[in-house]
Amino acid sequence: ADIISTVEFNYSGDLLATGDKGGRVVIFQREQENKSRPHSRGEYNVYSTFQSHEPEFDYLKSLEIEEKINKIRWLPQQNAAHFLLSTNDKTIKLWKISERDKRAEGYNLKDEDGRLRDPFRITALRVPVLKPMDLMVEASPRRIFANAHTYHINSISVNSDHETYLSADDLRINLWHLEITDRSFNIVDIKPANMEELTEVITAAEFHPHHCNVFVYSSSKGTIRLCDMRSSALCDRHSKFFEEPEDPSSRSFFSEIISSISDVKFSHSGQYMMTRDYLSVKVWDLNMENRPVETYQVHEYLRSKLCSLYENDCIFDKFECCWNGSDSAIMTGSYNNFFRMFDRNTRRDITLEASRESSKPRAILKPRKVCTGGKRKKDEISVDSLDFNKKILHTAWHPMENIIAVAATNNLYIFQDKIN
Amino acid sequence: MFVRGLKRKCFDGEEDIEGTLAGIKAIPSYNLQRQSLLDMSLVKLQLCHMLVEPNLCRSVLIANTVRQIQEEMTQDGTWQMINTPSTGQASLDRLVSTDILCRSSREQAEGKHVPGYSTFNKDFEGDQAQDSSETMSTASSVQAPRNLQSNVWEMENPQENKGNFQKSLDQIFETLENKSPNSVEDLFSEVDNSYYDLDTMLTGMMSNTKMGHCDGLETFSSPTTTTSNSNCKSDLNELDHIVEILVES
Repeated sequence: ADIISTVEFNYSGDLLATGDKGGRVVIFQREQENKSRPHSRGEYNVYSTFQSHEPEFDYLKSLEIEEKINKIRWLPQQNAAHFLLSTNDKTIKLWKISERDKRAEGYNLKDEDGRLRDPFRITALRVPVLKPMDLMVEASPRRIFANAHTYHINSISVNSDHETYLSADDLRINLWHLEITDRSFNIVDIKPANMEELTEVITAAEFHPHHCNVFVYSSSKGTIRLCDMRSSALCDRHSKFFEEPEDPSSRSFFSEIISSISDVKFSHSGQYMMTRDYLSVKVWDLNMENRPVETYQVHEYLRSKLCSLYENDCIFDKFECCWNGSDSAIMTGSYNNFFRMFDRNTRRDITLEASRESSKPRAILKPRKVCTGGKRKKDEISVDSLDFNKKILHTAWHPMENIIAVAATNNLYIFQDKIN
Repeated sequence: MFVRGLKRKCFDGEEDIEGTLAGIKAIPSYNLQRQSLLDMSLVKLQLCHMLVEPNLCRSVLIANTVRQIQEEMTQDGTWQMINTPSTGQASLDRLVSTDILCRSSREQAEGKHVPGYSTFNKDFEGDQAQDSSETMSTASSVQAPRNLQSNVWEMENPQENKGNFQKSLDQIFETLENKSPNSVEDLFSEVDNSYYDLDTMLTGMMSNTKMGHCDGLETFSSPTTTTSNSNCKSDLNELDHIVEILVES
């Protein structure tokens, strides 16, 4: 199995899509609740698997284009079929996933096995009849949006108008119409005239969940810009600029690197947005630009290890974050297969581990604790024992229920609330 | 104070330095730490994935870090652009570095700063860390050993690294437009062992001392205002002594 690179629930939560480093997409579907076994809620089983992207070679630059799926975003469902956008570094594809559970039988011109019938043998006409068949799930690429990005695509976001979407790379953001593949509009361009003057890149972008003219993008310097597409065609000038003033007492050579935002997500309500930087998660009120309203420390004990984390490149890991359906809780990943959840109302937080050893099916997860100094209590793990190769970068929360999906390298864990 | 039985030959490598400085339990100075971070960053910039485009965000962040260090070193006065011709073939290196060494001691006598630039040897780093961790104390005594170290062994390949540095900063983004494979030199072949040593040395974090985050790269306290100038004269005798030992043959 390959390393999972993105996880996303669809709008109803019945489908869960994962993309991996090998360019494959695997979709899980939640089983219908079984009345005969009321204590076991719907489980997620594999629904469809398909190869979304293949490795490519850019002959002009003599470079490989990785087939790794960077992001998957579902479209709202409009008919029986499901649609999702999946993207690698350069190309976005719209996939249609549809079910086929009936088959037509009794054709006039061909036999049951598909062979053409001899016209002279046809003596009567009949109407084909639909007969049930084993469920088959087919995935077919409906649109391919290519050649619009010079740099690596890091985000895609479907607009609330359900007709357009944006794609963002390191220096540019493009606006697409879902029906049109040969054109896209550039709405943000931060590439300097002289590349040697480049000091800041775009790290993530997202459309507002309700206002189809508003989107935000985050940068490697820890800033977020909110743009309104009504103000101008090219949104190089922001409408709002979110930045927290730096704390001079904690300044170091690594300050900028750890302030780089790896993910930005609007709350479902559209009132707030959440940003993830290396050590913390911040919740911003869209009406207040000068500082976040809430800050949660994910793994502050790593602050003294920044130099080592810089050396082994872990400091560049891009963690994602997500809201729960009611925006009352947020979740993000950490190292050692730990992930953290914060309750915004009670201000309580919990650290859990996604690993085979620590979780048997249906067993309740035990909270974990990292020992930061002094005597290590039983069951605590010391900072130096953390495995930095086991990182949880991608997590997703069901849009309505307390079901979470956690990607731990090449394993997918699905946890849900304990049912009494 | 100095270890007996020193190899009496030209300045050769880190073994001599270790022997020389074994008597001086040195605390890694801020300049030293900053230097190693600079070296590490340059290595990172130069190591390009041959087949896949390098991550632009990562490159930009590393380049910004390098710039930050450079700016600080310029303000410090420890950064000087010397345009002397290249040192030539490897066979001449020892002689040349000896020459610079001698020159540096004279410059030191005149109270000038000597530009510091070194290829940081990992083994040395590791040992240094062990030494320093044993004798960790407050930062007051940092200045004395710093000059000693920085002048005695920092003279290797000064021009080469400067050239590389400029090249790196100017070229890393251009290469993204016209990717041309660079010859890759893996200066840090493995980074495993130094994980904790580097931490200990560079963050100065010890369990018994309650210094918090200070005294290391982790906090950007304004660079120690007691520059080497003030301790220059006091170290001269020691420096001369070492130079004598190393240069004499």
